[in-house]
Amino acid sequence: MIELLQTYWKPFLYSDGYNYSGLVITLWLLIFSVVLGFLMSIPLSLARNAKMPAIRWSVQAFTTLFRGTPLYLQLLICYSGIYSLALVQDQPLLNSFFRDGMNCTLLAFSINTCAYMCEMLAGALKNVDAGEVEAGKAFGMSKFQVYRHIIFPAAFKQSLPQYSNEVIIVLHSTTIAFTATVADILKVARDANSATYMTFQSFGIAAILYLILSFAIFYGFKKFETYYTAHIVKPHTNRPNMLGLFGKMRKVVRK
Amino acid sequence: MMNSLFHLEGYGGLLLSGAWMTIKLSLLSFLCAMLLGVVTALAKRAKSTTLYLIASAYTVLIRGVPDLVLMLLLFYGIQSWVGDVCLYFGWDYIVIDPFHAGVITLAFIYGAYFSETFRGALQSIPKGQIEAALAYGLSNMQSFRFVIFPQMMRLSIPGISNIWQVMIKATALVSIIGLNDLINAAVEAGKSTNNVFSFLLLAGAMYLAYTMVSNAVFSQLNRYFHVGIKESKS
Amino acid sequence: MSLEKKLSIEGLRKSYGSHEVLKGIDLTANAGEVITLIGSSGSGKSTLLRCINFLEQPSDGVFYFDNQMIEMTSDHEGMTFANAKELQTLRTKLAMVFQHFNLWSHMTVLENITLAPMKVLGQDKSDAIKQAHLYLKKVGLDSDVAMKYPAFLSGGQQQRVAIARALAMEPDILLFDEPTSALDPELVKEVLKVIRLLAEEGRTMIMVTHEMAFAKEVSDTIVFLADGKIEESGSPEAIFEHPKSDRLKRFLNHEF
Ligand SMILES: Nc1ncnc2c1ncn2[C@@H]1O[C@H](COP(=O)(O)OP(=O)(O)OP(=O)(O)O)[C@@H](O)[C@H]1O
Ligand SMILES: [Mg+2]
Repeated sequence: MIELLQTYWKPFLYSDGYNYSGLVITLWLLIFSVVLGFLMSIPLSLARNAKMPAIRWSVQAFTTLFRGTPLYLQLLICYSGIYSLALVQDQPLLNSFFRDGMNCTLLAFSINTCAYMCEMLAGALKNVDAGEVEAGKAFGMSKFQVYRHIIFPAAFKQSLPQYSNEVIIVLHSTTIAFTATVADILKVARDANSATYMTFQSFGIAAILYLILSFAIFYGFKKFETYYTAHIVKPHTNRPNMLGLFGKMRKVVRK
Repeated sequence: MMNSLFHLEGYGGLLLSGAWMTIKLSLLSFLCAMLLGVVTALAKRAKSTTLYLIASAYTVLIRGVPDLVLMLLLFYGIQSWVGDVCLYFGWDYIVIDPFHAGVITLAFIYGAYFSETFRGALQSIPKGQIEAALAYGLSNMQSFRFVIFPQMMRLSIPGISNIWQVMIKATALVSIIGLNDLINAAVEAGKSTNNVFSFLLLAGAMYLAYTMVSNAVFSQLNRYFHVGIKESKS
Repeated sequence: MSLEKKLSIEGLRKSYGSHEVLKGIDLTANAGEVITLIGSSGSGKSTLLRCINFLEQPSDGVFYFDNQMIEMTSDHEGMTFANAKELQTLRTKLAMVFQHFNLWSHMTVLENITLAPMKVLGQDKSDAIKQAHLYLKKVGLDSDVAMKYPAFLSGGQQQRVAIARALAMEPDILLFDEPTSALDPELVKEVLKVIRLLAEEGRTMIMVTHEMAFAKEVSDTIVFLADGKIEESGSPEAIFEHPKSDRLKRFLNHEF
């Protein structure tokens, strides 16, 4: 275990000697996909609730497609599928984009989480109290102002726990990136395993790193939430929290 | 391209056997996970602090560690451990196949999700009903069997449906440890025919069909089991 | 009281599908006048009030504000402003207080009061905050509620915040739709006290209420709506002491 750590701590954290690897790459995958997915989900969630059925349905088709199939398959389509098309290989720009595993991974992850975030946000937007929206209108706010100051802030605050859950799920999904030759934490663990045959240790270190990251995200969001959602009257919970830090964390699937 | 998509160039059988593998894997893991979930949910309610701690630690571990990491840990870990045991006793080398490793890991992971769903359902069964059952002389076992369990399942249907949707997609990960499921079948067929894109899309359509059909089944189930429950507006 | 017309409406009609809720209403509010709409449930009081600031699109009618006719066009749902900016401007002059308060739940009391003055009227922040504290005082709230969120206040406090929010727009006309009917009886008084104060200040108000004694006390004009039409209107004495129509008599017998 000690030798393994001595040899591999650097690749696990930030560099395999030539390129970035491990934790740094995992964080990059996570942050990039979450931020891009989130930004794309904002206009899409509006379109998801649009008055015109054609717009609404096309967004719904998009989210159904990406939420109804495995992310791993989507990554394969991006990385192996699209690149195998002659059309893509002949076009220099597309060729260089899709040849790179990192590009494909970021693309697949962002679109995937965007689909989930879009449904989440669209639901929250619809849930905003109609009376509050009306009050905004009655005070002379433009449509844009009503969205900007009332509907979106209320929806975001309401869905913070879901966002926390989603970010953790994206973190966990980044583990398939190694199949597109991206050198994330799990790739380093696999390399360590095949070089040393120390299976439990190699994957154990990866597991611990992911565990720490997950809890950091969870508690980061919790902290933010207590500050940001002070407007919600919270019920008192009587159950003693026996596991201290970890006890509160529930397992929730994403919808 | 369209042409080859429909003729499948003789790889239709391969694709179907891959799909069958995916279905088998998902169903078996689903059943095992549900069993594990019931046991864990009951453990969480038990008065014993040890049981409660173990059950909670289990949930936390699953929550914090990615599916794929657990899968690799179990697959390679158990393999090397079994290998050591075989070596020690001088047995023939026993190989754990990806299918069973997949079932074990998926059941282990999604059992934790189920336990949360069931725990929530158990909490919303009024205490009075259990007391009534005991008051009429039903044993602990009988009151679980006839009063608690049916209600727990009924209240859990939406949760179960969600987990099932996620599990279907999670089975795709088992192809990474070498199971010949729908994904690997599609990749193989695609590589042999030089048509990876179409075969992957076809696999995607099959996954979509699977998730959508099961969605429909669950919403029927939900409607069927909703008799006697007053709709609460939420 | 000067007879300067602030708002007048002619021939207002409103239908939902084939159901005609307002069947030609004429109403004029002079500066400083307190008008109270009464009538049984479903007679169209809320609809009328909501048509006045176009939260509902009227089907037909002519609107004058400050003696200026408002230019309107019609679309498939009814009449709309020819110019959307003008609608927003009109709405800033008509401040609405809702039955269910409709405070923005994700904002503090102070943010609730300052949002529209800052974003719509373009006041700067420090002015808006100073004003907000003045209006909070006016509705009888301590300035320590300013940092609280609506969910942590009592209904009576929330409604008073909502009134402060409306006052902060410095509107020409205040519209109240049953401001006390979502409140527990013991909280009604504190809100009525504030509204009475505003009436005495000589503000122009149009109000819907079921508090008949209060209406009698503060109103200049009472308008009795029945079946989407104005059945009778006049001074409180005329309406309450000498009702003419049978419907009004029956209604008053029922209410008192
Ligand atoms: N959005 C709507 N769609 C269809 N019908 C409506 C709508 N809003 C109101 N109505 C109908 O219009 C009529 C008048 O309603 P309104 O709310 O104006 O009555 P009201 O006098 O305010 O009654 P209350 O004292 O109960 O508040 C009612 O018959 C109601 O059913
Ligand atoms: Mg009303």
